[in-house]
Amino acid sequence: MDFPLFHLDVFGNRLLFAGIAITHVLINHALAVGAMPLVTLLEWWGVRTGDARWDRLAHRLLTVFFIVTTTAGALTGVGIWVAASLVNPTAIGSLIRVFFWAWFTEWLVFVGEVGLILAYYLSWRGWGARHKRAHVGLGLTLSAFSWATMAVIVAVLGFQMSTGVWTVRPGFWTALLNPLYLPQLAFRTPFAMITAALVALMLGFWFLRDDRDFRARAVRLISLWALAWTPGWLLGALAYWRALPESAGRNIDIALTSLRWQQWADRMPWLIAGATAAIVVLAAWGAWKPARLPRAALLVPAVLAFWLLGTFERVREFIRKPDVIADYLYANGLRHADYPLLREEGLLRHATYTAARGITNDTRLVAGREMFRLACSRCHTTTGMNGVVTKLTNLYGPGPWDQATIEAYLAGMQNTRPFMPPLPGTGAERSALAAWLISLRAVPAHLDGAQTAGAVVTP
Amino acid sequence: MTPLAVLPLPRDIPLPMPADPALLQALLVVLFLLHILFVNLTVGGSLLALWAEWTGRRRPPFAALAHAIVRTITVNKSLAVVLGVGPLLIINVIYTVFFYSANALTGAAWAMIVPLVTAAFLAAYAHKYSWERLAHRKGLHLALGGLSSLLFLIVPFIFLANINLMLFPERWTQVHGFLSALLLPNALPRYLHFVTASVSVTALFLLFWFTRPGFPLDAELPGFDRPALRRLFYRIALGATSLQLLAGPLVLFTLPRAGWSGFLWIVIGTGVTCALWAIALMARETLRSDGRVGSHYLLIVGLITTTAFCMGYGRHVYRETAVTAHREAMAVRTADYGWAAAAAQWREATGIGPDTTPLGERIFNGTCASCHALDRVLVGPSLQEIAQLYTGNPGGIARWADAPGKKRAGFQQMPPFRLGSEKLLAVAEYMLQLGSGQAPQRLD
Repeated sequence: MDFPLFHLDVFGNRLLFAGIAITHVLINHALAVGAMPLVTLLEWWGVRTGDARWDRLAHRLLTVFFIVTTTAGALTGVGIWVAASLVNPTAIGSLIRVFFWAWFTEWLVFVGEVGLILAYYLSWRGWGARHKRAHVGLGLTLSAFSWATMAVIVAVLGFQMSTGVWTVRPGFWTALLNPLYLPQLAFRTPFAMITAALVALMLGFWFLRDDRDFRARAVRLISLWALAWTPGWLLGALAYWRALPESAGRNIDIALTSLRWQQWADRMPWLIAGATAAIVVLAAWGAWKPARLPRAALLVPAVLAFWLLGTFERVREFIRKPDVIADYLYANGLRHADYPLLREEGLLRHATYTAARGITNDTRLVAGREMFRLACSRCHTTTGMNGVVTKLTNLYGPGPWDQATIEAYLAGMQNTRPFMPPLPGTGAERSALAAWLISLRAVPAHLDGAQTAGAVVTP
Repeated sequence: MTPLAVLPLPRDIPLPMPADPALLQALLVVLFLLHILFVNLTVGGSLLALWAEWTGRRRPPFAALAHAIVRTITVNKSLAVVLGVGPLLIINVIYTVFFYSANALTGAAWAMIVPLVTAAFLAAYAHKYSWERLAHRKGLHLALGGLSSLLFLIVPFIFLANINLMLFPERWTQVHGFLSALLLPNALPRYLHFVTASVSVTALFLLFWFTRPGFPLDAELPGFDRPALRRLFYRIALGATSLQLLAGPLVLFTLPRAGWSGFLWIVIGTGVTCALWAIALMARETLRSDGRVGSHYLLIVGLITTTAFCMGYGRHVYRETAVTAHREAMAVRTADYGWAAAAAQWREATGIGPDTTPLGERIFNGTCASCHALDRVLVGPSLQEIAQLYTGNPGGIARWADAPGKKRAGFQQMPPFRLGSEKLLAVAEYMLQLGSGQAPQRLD
């Protein structure tokens, strides 16, 4: 309520953030954290066997990894800051106050990582070709840096979901020691290694097209790498699942799909198990009888792994709800501690940017709209994705809805929808919001964010 | 003081700073200069490469020069991005409210930074790695270089608009989108200042890079010798730096007076003096004999570095002066609000002004009423119907609510409410009273 609010009313703010963040995680895990040790392994194997084809394959894979990570990878990383500042400034601002030094440290490691990947890739044919052992050492150092950036950031991610910690003693070390940290890291590390192997196999579809003999060797080595990490991956997943706080369990079946298909949640674990099994079977086949593995099969496992990783991130983002920082800040950007005051005196009264404060017959609909902007718009649109009109239509039919019904819903939605925060504000404000929602159904309106409408202050 | 209707006075995030603000500010000045150095080398490199490639259509040595410049961009552009993250983090923490407000007000452009820079980098790679392949389609190749230069030139507008807008809260309510933020005084002069600086910094860097000991000049840049390269890049740097004599004052005098101070003039004055001295030295260098051209290089770089530091520091001094009053007013408001929120929390916790509504009624209104009405089907069946089904059997309602089944086609599945048997029984009894007409329904 202290920032002019950016808002995307068609695709929703969540999609902007999720799109950037998930792209970044896919690139980071598959093409950096897991990819650098794999490329180094291939390079080293080339030195050991004296077969130049390994070196060529490693270099071609690295070219792809280098181009993607230094463009889309790096920029989606910065993009997480950019998007967070737009979508939920209070949340990211609060996290930065507490985790500043963690992020600062991560940044220093990140500077090292970028320097090392530039050095590793750009020296491959010059200095690196003349000093192969040192060059392999450079690859190992780069691998360590890539892993370290992930290890730092996971501390913050685990912390966001650890109930009770923030209010007791927020800080970097508390974050590092939170019960989700090690399980999450134990899960992500092997997952990154495996995904990198699957992406390498996928690229092998093109890079290993002609030389059948070498394709079999390369597929075997890469598959063995993936298999070697599989037990760790499964154990990590189990540890993570068991460490998830109890409150998250309440939301998890909705998280896996979405409310509308809640029933499908029964089937989702089977899809996840199926995708995992398919990956393991294909990797085992590649390790055991690589020559028999059809070339087209190289394309499949990476797609499955991307789907799994995307699902994992989506679930992780969902199960922390209704909070964005456990027990401290709701997803709407208001602190739990703000609620009693806002209930007594009103959300609009305490908002910096609002077109209405008091509620009269003339200002009722404007006040309702401002309530929506302040309390709902971080997650909902009017009529776009995750739009409120659709949500209420699912519940109450095409209408017209009556005022008392919508007000009753708003009063208790946190009980029927445990992933939603309670509505802040007074009864009169709730009533204004209900009136605006009812008018919105009759006459659909678009809600402009601060990026076009600007900021409004009212005395 | 400006009334609230004009000047937005938000509250700050009520959490302590992670370190002494002076330390954070010092880090910001130094790290930002490091970031902007590589941004300058990227933008300037891209522009100079384009110019050299264009010239190279008629004069082959310049084509090789363009290719050599392009190779420096690969490293510089990645360092520009990665070194930007640190200062961005510090800006986020020191100027939280100022910066995020500016971000939101220019949000569409701010979000475009990610795809625009990605596209600029991809275009730069395409330009670099297609050098041989497109050797016979020079037009297309130049277009690729032009595209990446254009993208590199667009992105700084977005950062400048943000960093400028954040200083002037009194303007926040007047801005409607990125373009209107860009048209505020000072944003465009700063842009001119920045692009000119990019060219002059890059020229000085390339002068060293291509004439450094160990650089295979004859193989890489046939047609150039060291003195010729030195004179060429000195001329470029001299021209660009002289343009700053126009751009610099334009920036300074379009700055709102709010942030002017005596100390600022001392800092800026020192920077200008160093710049003038460097200009004089560069002019002399271009006229010197082959054997002596370049001997003042280190002094020139030292002077320009001092200028950059003075300007970077001066800009910080201005910024702090500009936001201080607003920041102090914000701190007062943040503290007041914090007390009020704490008092309300205490009132709620201690039950002053307690909620006298009976438990069952409270839960019903807060949880069940969104789907169950007294006398009609809302989402689930009406209370009257439920009362008939469960007369004298509140435990039946409680068991159902704890683990609902699904009996009726065309109705939505009821979610489970695991509130515990005490609460469930209380609400069930209240529902039976309502449904049988023994109690009136009161919705607040």
